[in-house]
Parts: sequence; structure tokens; C-alpha cells
Amino acid sequence: MLKDITLGQYFPVDSPVHRLDARTKLLLSFAYIMVLFLIHGPAAYLLCALAVAGVTALSRIPFKMLLKSLKPIAFLAVFTSVLNMLYTPGQILWQWHFLRITVEGLESAAYMASRIVMLVASTSLLTYSTSPVSLTDAIETLLRPLMKVRVPVHEFAMMMTIALRFIPTLIEETDKIMNAQKARGADFESGNLMRRAKALVPVLTPLFISAFRRADELSVAMECRLYRGGQGRTRMKQLKMGKNDGAAFALALLFALCAFGAGRILP
Amino acid sequence: MIQAQELSFAYTHREGRPDLLALDGLNLEIEQGSFVAVLGHNGSGKSTLAKQINAILIPTQGRMLTAGMDTAREELRFQIREAAGMVFQNPDNQIVATIVEEDAAFAPENLGLPPEEIRRRVDQALEAVGMAEYKNSGPHMLSGGQKQRVAIAGVLAMAPRIIVLDEPTAMLDPNGRREVMTAVRRLHQEQGITVVLITHHMDEAAQAQRVVVMEDGKVIADGPPRQIFSQTEQMRAAGLGAPQTVEILEALNQEGYDLPIDALTVEECARRLISFLEG
Repeated sequence: MLKDITLGQYFPVDSPVHRLDARTKLLLSFAYIMVLFLIHGPAAYLLCALAVAGVTALSRIPFKMLLKSLKPIAFLAVFTSVLNMLYTPGQILWQWHFLRITVEGLESAAYMASRIVMLVASTSLLTYSTSPVSLTDAIETLLRPLMKVRVPVHEFAMMMTIALRFIPTLIEETDKIMNAQKARGADFESGNLMRRAKALVPVLTPLFISAFRRADELSVAMECRLYRGGQGRTRMKQLKMGKNDGAAFALALLFALCAFGAGRILP
Repeated sequence: MIQAQELSFAYTHREGRPDLLALDGLNLEIEQGSFVAVLGHNGSGKSTLAKQINAILIPTQGRMLTAGMDTAREELRFQIREAAGMVFQNPDNQIVATIVEEDAAFAPENLGLPPEEIRRRVDQALEAVGMAEYKNSGPHMLSGGQKQRVAIAGVLAMAPRIIVLDEPTAMLDPNGRREVMTAVRRLHQEQGITVVLITHHMDEAAQAQRVVVMEDGKVIADGPPRQIFSQTEQMRAAGLGAPQTVEILEALNQEGYDLPIDALTVEECARRLISFLEG
């Protein structure tokens, strides 16, 4: 069950999207999300959906992968749209006791659902097409100005890299511990929520202890490999912006203008 | 290259337990370019000795000189660690990055080298341990032996003169052990790196040029493997056995045969037996 986690999963193929600078992708994803929350109207939403579809096609990441990343949030999307459907006042279409569906409700439910889906799809595209290392590098360089106000930017980036590195290790370890407990009769799958939560305590305790031990060993190993923080450190792979990045920014600007235009003209 | 002079080390502040003298006036000299195995059972002080070499631990008494530098001098610590790389037991807890080549780049990046030089060292290091074709893999996709070879490459990319391996095969299966030992032998033979291998496996120690046997924080035997492993009585007294090849020949001798027991590899042992049967 733990194997389904797709957080920060990189899908390594060669494509124009993969070759873009990580900073470009990060900034454009942010911009896209902002556009998504500022626009109105079906035409603008259609444009946003087309944009995601277009980038996905360009990135040569199979649509199936994108759908897989949407699976965990399907419940959230359905839940929020149902709430929107039932609680938006307006012209009543259907009523049963205290439940009623309005035209406005249906509309906002559709918007809400598509917003969530496109939000997750675009961020998944970002992590699918960018290796975790270049993503953290991008965050580090983009946040570098904050170092002037003593924000430990390098340390944050290092922590993120290490966290990403240890996710699979710790998942594997959790699986091992759970199997060891199951072999001795532990039951994680029955009982109410309270009982199941209690059954997890004997899993979490050894997991925490071993995580601390790992952290200790890793820090010694890092010192042995001359780690002294960000000072004087260079990188093997340097981020470079090229012509493609310029083109991506131009395209994104064009898209944003169109989306705002479409939103205003066709309400 | 490595000199321990009257080296003592005690673990103190052990939460109510008494202090533990792990190294007790130890003297040892290891030459440039040699391949030395340090053998001892648990608690003999062999891991503590390893940690003294690159200044993770500092002598309580006596001196430790690594590549001519006194490990007690704080301002030299960075250079000492650059000269003497260290590989630990658990490969999982040494790999920092999410991609093999990024991990190999970690030490040269910390040295502040230019990107082209880092690239060159990383490619060379991964090549030297036979992991070049996995350079874009994630560490979690690799076997234990492969991960440990990545860890060795990570140290190698630092271009150290000495590599200390603290029980590098203890958590590996027989295949992984073989892979790692092959990589270690190649480092010594092809690159002339001084190798200090801490181990409790007789068969691994037998592959070194020199075996140092430790007990209670002291060196109790020191010499070429052939000589050390022939002293089976003394080795058993130290809580160690002998390589299986020696044990077989010794057991036959006890049955009344007369065979030279100093065979260190399976082939050597087989040859002894064949020549005995033929002759």
C-alpha cells in the first residue's frame, strides 16, 4: 500500500519540457496556478486545460501517468464540488427536503473540480519532468536573495534533497517493520480508526529510532566527505537558461493574455 | 603514511556506564600504497582505530599522524579528511543524493572544484568501481553491493591517498561482498591507493598484503596473511578463527596427515590437496 506514493516522482525521458531550466518550469508552474485562480468563464478554463494537455504532449509523459497522479485527489475534487453544488444559492433546479441544486451551484462545482484537477496536473507535470536534484537547485537559486535576511536557504535545499533521498528507504523500512509485526500476530487492517492508529505505534517507534540513527551516521559520512555547509561549495550540474527558456516564457505570457482575454469577453 | 604512536582512546560520558578504554597505547605504522587488513572480534577497538585515522575521533593520549598531519590539530581536519576517505558499514546511510552521479559529485562539490573537473572525477570514480552504467539511477533501485560501490566512488571522487573501509561488507550478501572486495582490490592495484580494511571476515583479510590483529585495543599480531593465519592457536585465543581453507587443511592434519596449512584461497587449497593425493 505504501508503494503507491508518487510524491516527487521523476519520469526520465528526453523532451523539450525536460530540457527546460528547472527555474523556468518552477516559475511558470506558479504563474499557471495563479492564472487558474484569477480567470472566469468556460472559454478561459478550456484554454487552461488545453495548455496542460499541450505541455503534457510536448513532454512525452504518458497521459496515464498524469491520471495516476490525479487518483489520490479524486475524492477531494468530488467532495468539494458536491459541497459547492449543494450550498450555492441561486436559481433552483431540483429540490428534496433541505437538499437543493442550483444552476450557479452546478457551475461553481464544475469550476472547482476542474481547478483542482488542473492544479494537481500542472504540479505533477513539474515533478515528472524535473529531477528532484535540479528542482531543489532551482529553489535554492530562486530563494538566494533571502539569504540577505539570514534565511538559511542552502540548508533548506540540502534538507529537501536528503528528505527526498530517504523517502524510499524509510518506506522500505516501514514495510519491513510492519511485516515483522504481522508475522508475530499484529493486526493493522481490522478494527475502528482508534484501534488501527494504536496498532501503528509499535511500527512508528522503531521507525523513529532508526531514522535518528540514520541521521547520525549520515551526518558523520557527510563530514567525512568534506561537507561544511553551502560556503565555497560548487555544483557539477549548473542551471543554464537558453533560447528554449525564453520561448517558454513568451508562450506562457501569450497564454496568460489569452486566458484573461477569454475570461473577460465570454463570461 | 599512517602512524599511531602510543595511541590511547577512551569513550567517556556513556550515560552512567564506566568509561571504556577502546585503544590502549597502540603503535602502528602503515606505509604509502599498502593494503592492510585490520582484523579483530567485536569490541577489539578496530572500528575506533578506523575513526582515528580521519579525525572523527581524536586520541585521548598519544598521537595519530595521517599523511604526516596530526589529527589533534583542528585546523588540519579538513585536509586530513581529504587525504583519508572513509567508507562505512551501511551503504544506505552514506548516500546523500537521489541520483548516483550526483552522490559521487558530493565531495568534489564540497571541495569547491570547477564543474568540468567534478564531472571528470565523477566519471572516473564510477568507472573505477564499475558503476558507470548506473550513473543516472536512483540509489534505492540498486542492490546492497552496488550501493556500497557507489559509496566507495563517492569517497574516491575526493581523490584521497588513503581509503579506510570500516566493515564495508558486513551488511551485504555473498555476491555483494565479492563485488565490493573486487572493487577494493582494484583501487589498490590500479590506483595505488593505501587501503585500510577493517573486517572480521578471515577470507577478506587474507586478500590483503598485511594483516594486523587487534584485541583489547592493542595490536597482538602483525604480518603477512600467510604467516598470521598459520598461527591458528593464537588466532583462536583472540576469538578469531582461520579462513575455511586453513581450517580444512588443519583438520586433515589432526587426522594424521601432513599438509602445509597456509592456503589462503580456494584454488590454493585445492592445489595442495591435489598434489597430496597425486604424490
